[in-house]
Amino acid sequence: MSTLASTEPFRIGISGQVIDDLHARLKRARRPHVLKSGGWDGGSDPEYIDELIRYWRTDYDWRQHERELNQLSHFTARLGDANIHYVHEIALGVRTAPVLLLHGWPDSFLRYRKAIPHLINPEHGEEELTFDVVVPSLPGFAFTGPVARPAGIPAIKHAAQLMHRLMTEVLGYETFVVAGGDGGSAIAQSLAIQYPHSVSAVHLTDIGWHGHGGDTSSLTDIERQYVAAANRRFMQDGAYVMVHASQPRALAVSLNDSPTGLASWIVDRFHSWCDSPRHLERSFSKDEMLTNITIYWVTQTIGSSIYGYLEETRQPTLKHGNYVDRPVGLAAFPKDLGGFPPRRLAERTLNVVRWTEMKSGGHFGAWERPEEFATELKLFVDSLEEPLALQFSHGHRPRKTV
Amino acid sequence: MDIARARPFEIQVGEPVLADLAARLAASRLPPEQGAPGWDAGADPAYLRTLLEYWREKYDWRREESALNRFAQFRAEVNGADIHFIHVRGKGAQPLPLILTHGFPDSFTRFLKIIPLLTDPAAHGGVAEDAFDVVVPSLPWCGFSREHRHAGGLFRVNDTWHQLMTDVLGYERYGAHGGDWGSTITEHIARSHAKSVIGIHLTDVPFWHSLRLPDDLKPREREYVEQIQQFQMRHGAYAMIQGRKPQTLADGLDDSPMGLAAWLTEKFQRWSDCDGDLDAVFTKDEMLTNAMVYWVTGTIGSAFMPYYDVLNAGPPRWIAEAVKQKLGSDDVPAAFAMFPRDLTHPPREWAERFFNVRRWTEFPKGGHFAAMEQPQALAGDMREFFRPLRRGL
Repeated sequence: MSTLASTEPFRIGISGQVIDDLHARLKRARRPHVLKSGGWDGGSDPEYIDELIRYWRTDYDWRQHERELNQLSHFTARLGDANIHYVHEIALGVRTAPVLLLHGWPDSFLRYRKAIPHLINPEHGEEELTFDVVVPSLPGFAFTGPVARPAGIPAIKHAAQLMHRLMTEVLGYETFVVAGGDGGSAIAQSLAIQYPHSVSAVHLTDIGWHGHGGDTSSLTDIERQYVAAANRRFMQDGAYVMVHASQPRALAVSLNDSPTGLASWIVDRFHSWCDSPRHLERSFSKDEMLTNITIYWVTQTIGSSIYGYLEETRQPTLKHGNYVDRPVGLAAFPKDLGGFPPRRLAERTLNVVRWTEMKSGGHFGAWERPEEFATELKLFVDSLEEPLALQFSHGHRPRKTV
Repeated sequence: MDIARARPFEIQVGEPVLADLAARLAASRLPPEQGAPGWDAGADPAYLRTLLEYWREKYDWRREESALNRFAQFRAEVNGADIHFIHVRGKGAQPLPLILTHGFPDSFTRFLKIIPLLTDPAAHGGVAEDAFDVVVPSLPWCGFSREHRHAGGLFRVNDTWHQLMTDVLGYERYGAHGGDWGSTITEHIARSHAKSVIGIHLTDVPFWHSLRLPDDLKPREREYVEQIQQFQMRHGAYAMIQGRKPQTLADGLDDSPMGLAAWLTEKFQRWSDCDGDLDAVFTKDEMLTNAMVYWVTGTIGSAFMPYYDVLNAGPPRWIAEAVKQKLGSDDVPAAFAMFPRDLTHPPREWAERFFNVRRWTEFPKGGHFAAMEQPQALAGDMREFFRPLRRGL
């Protein structure tokens, strides 16, 4: 296929002015301590955030992280008005398949950074399957930034269309595996529904939220219990969704103006959804969290990243009755929201051919347990009988810049 | 007045606070625009741009500060809190003491326009016999009041206000008015201190009654309950986040003046009778001075405590409140002033389940912030309601 889409190498290079301004803001941070009881009871632990801000100011070195991130091969592809940022790393084994890895909120392409080496390298013998890895910044996020959307097309559906063009038109993969978590799971499902001939298989770390369409009457007792527990949890811990979905522009003003507020908003989620909230930093070091937060800060994308909740609420992509026909591998992490979902519930919307309950890890499983995630993804794709799943890519492979 | 306890108070914000604010405003980063213009998604980017420009270039805090200080203000230690309040004596033979309680996202500034109408009716189209001694406290967690950050404070304000009126100010009997949280608190005062409260005047039926629905709802009540559910579904996010994650939200709002102003003005726009045009009802000075009350005192986080209290109170607390309600009096005469653009529209029969409703007035114009939007109409209603009750002083 000839292509009009163009792609070019990209390097992260944040101006000194932006970093100086960030430090000036951190220096004058006003830190309220709302509850006398402290801790994580009323949201982010104020003492933890105090310490994180101190670390951000004095120990954290953005330039070092920028250099390290630039060791990955970054590109931007122009697709109409959109300029999609992505990381593209080529498989180093002899048996390869392309995989598109989709992040969610409030993470970023960093969700898959630690998994990349495990995915491209044969670690268990020369014959092991390895992947050409494509990790985009989704529309609204990071170095992709806000993307204009045609009015009639829901946001996630549109994102899926852009991702399809990236994989096929820009990178020349005729078929590919798509993997996703959080919002990335919904985009992956939409891709498989819209483009069943391009998507050879789907790997998910969560099942999405449209399974029962609000009507639980046809569910089994076990499924109903799971849904009820999820609803209870949502009332306790899901207020951020309600804000994102109804008044994102009221919230974004503070988060785009206060790095402390931004950090607190994001860390609250990492804390809630990690493997062990009492030991947050066993899952995510301060440096890892701050690099993710700094990327939201320097790209000023917190507003556009949360706006998608409002768009999807008003004009949903996935609806009750949508079914993913392509083979699905589901890696469920025990500490994800609500724990392991019942397989039966997943099967109502997904053609589940592999179901794995991981030993540990939470909502950001691919980030927290990169090796286990990569191994599971390899095993899943390797287990597929369909010949479409594997191919030697003959697409236009961008070369690594030196 | 107990002079030893009520210390005269003037607002005097330090220069470093204002310099810091100016630096923040100069560096304000409004988010890149996303979505359609207007207020639909939270706060109108175009309004925020003009607000920021006004705040940077035209807004004069010192002028606003002197205007606030024209009201006689005090602070007093009451019931474990340091309470800031305005106290203005009425001009008349026998002014009726009246305590006015604000809510969220307003502050004591809610009542600035109505104070002169109540204290000096003769100068504002009324008669001196209708004069009130007016007390406007800042809620213990808001503005220039200070509470010592205990959860559950919402349920103590009734006693705090009663002690302020009786022990500190020396009144035996008084009236009370409130809106938003102020109406919940005013009801609590009437139930727990019925002998001292001559009558209560509210601009809403306290929402918490709808937490326990009776079986025999009449059609208009059912409609109202549906309105509440709709409101919670569509616009209730602020209450959920303020109640569940007050710290996380405050971390941003207390560090970004524009973020704070956006969060607050969004509510004024949505809840007032402004037909979409906030400027038509509230000047930018009013909006910014209200935001300044939270900013210079750093109290936006503690202002979320009532939401936290309600969501975390749990059944035992509400059962206790229900018992108190049964034990407490529901005899105190109550008046309701209802405005068409308020959040919900309870019918009179709903209020009659819980109150001795003596007066029920539905106004043609106005919203949730009636004291700011329709001060004349509201003051008139209060004079009418309290006039026959004054004999009981």
